[in-house]
Amino acid sequence: MHPLAEKIQATFPEGFLEAVEWRGDLAVIVKREHLHAMGRFLYDDPAMAFDYIVHVSSVDWPDDPERFEVVYEFYSIRNRHRIRVKTRVPEHDCVVDSLMDIWKGADFMEREVFDMMGIRFRNHRDLRRILMPDDYPEGYPLRKDFPVQGKGWRDTFEFLNEGTI
Amino acid sequence: MGLIQIGQREKDGDLGVMTLSLEKAVNWARKGSLWPMTFGLACCAIEMIAAVSARYDIDRYGAGVFRASPRQSDLMIVAGTVCRRMAPVIRKIYDQMPEPKYVISMGSCATSGNIYDSYSVVQGVDRFVPVDIYVPGCPPTPEALFDGILKLQDRIMVKRVFTKQPDQVKV
Repeated sequence: MHPLAEKIQATFPEGFLEAVEWRGDLAVIVKREHLHAMGRFLYDDPAMAFDYIVHVSSVDWPDDPERFEVVYEFYSIRNRHRIRVKTRVPEHDCVVDSLMDIWKGADFMEREVFDMMGIRFRNHRDLRRILMPDDYPEGYPLRKDFPVQGKGWRDTFEFLNEGTI
Repeated sequence: MGLIQIGQREKDGDLGVMTLSLEKAVNWARKGSLWPMTFGLACCAIEMIAAVSARYDIDRYGAGVFRASPRQSDLMIVAGTVCRRMAPVIRKIYDQMPEPKYVISMGSCATSGNIYDSYSVVQGVDRFVPVDIYVPGCPPTPEALFDGILKLQDRIMVKRVFTKQPDQVKV
């Protein structure tokens, strides 16, 4: 196993599930209850020192019991290594701890995940939609059960009835 | 058109009196100074920029004074994919333009949504703004945009200024 993954497993034997390496990319799959503590460790530990959050994304696996997957990617500018952290979220309890207090850059990316996939982030400072309008009524467009053409919003132009300027 | 012939006569020598309909003179003035409002939304905007630059020079058709404000422009070139969230902005800018105003829908995205048959893309800008000329292409070349501008100028020349507009304008 990758030395980084070994160290994470030694520190969090409870929360660590699996480590996958594919073409030099290390991915660690963790339990979502331990995600925040693990994020703190990845940021603070000098051997880790992941000081840059590259990306936050999410995957919908409609057939799996734990349907959604939140994927974080971190990079260490100091140590020049990167890691991918994945955690699973079930549909009925679509909440995961926000990492915004550790990496400020997680703010907008977590909002995008919320906007597109409907996954809520606990303790996020300002969890609003970011790409779609605040009052978008049709749900979460990147979910697999969302129709590609949407549910009619793109063809409604309510502003035409509000009169000219 | 009419005025060009007058120019030829001017070349011949004496130009004492010229006669033409005032309508034609107004239309000629309008078509020769189209001030476009930039509305670059996607890759079509790059071709629009190329059309303005030295190699193609949109100024030859009197349409080179690109304005960043709708209040100073009379031609809106919608260049690119129109997202539903952008739609109220486009409409607002269209409403802010002074009359007479014209709209060119540049490229297949602005015309029909192109391949983006998705929840967020409007299937044609003409759903909420009246369009005068559609320029096909993905993206259209500067020459194609010029063709659209020339067609628009032809249309402007046959518009009625002081009398009621006919229902159908044939070019």
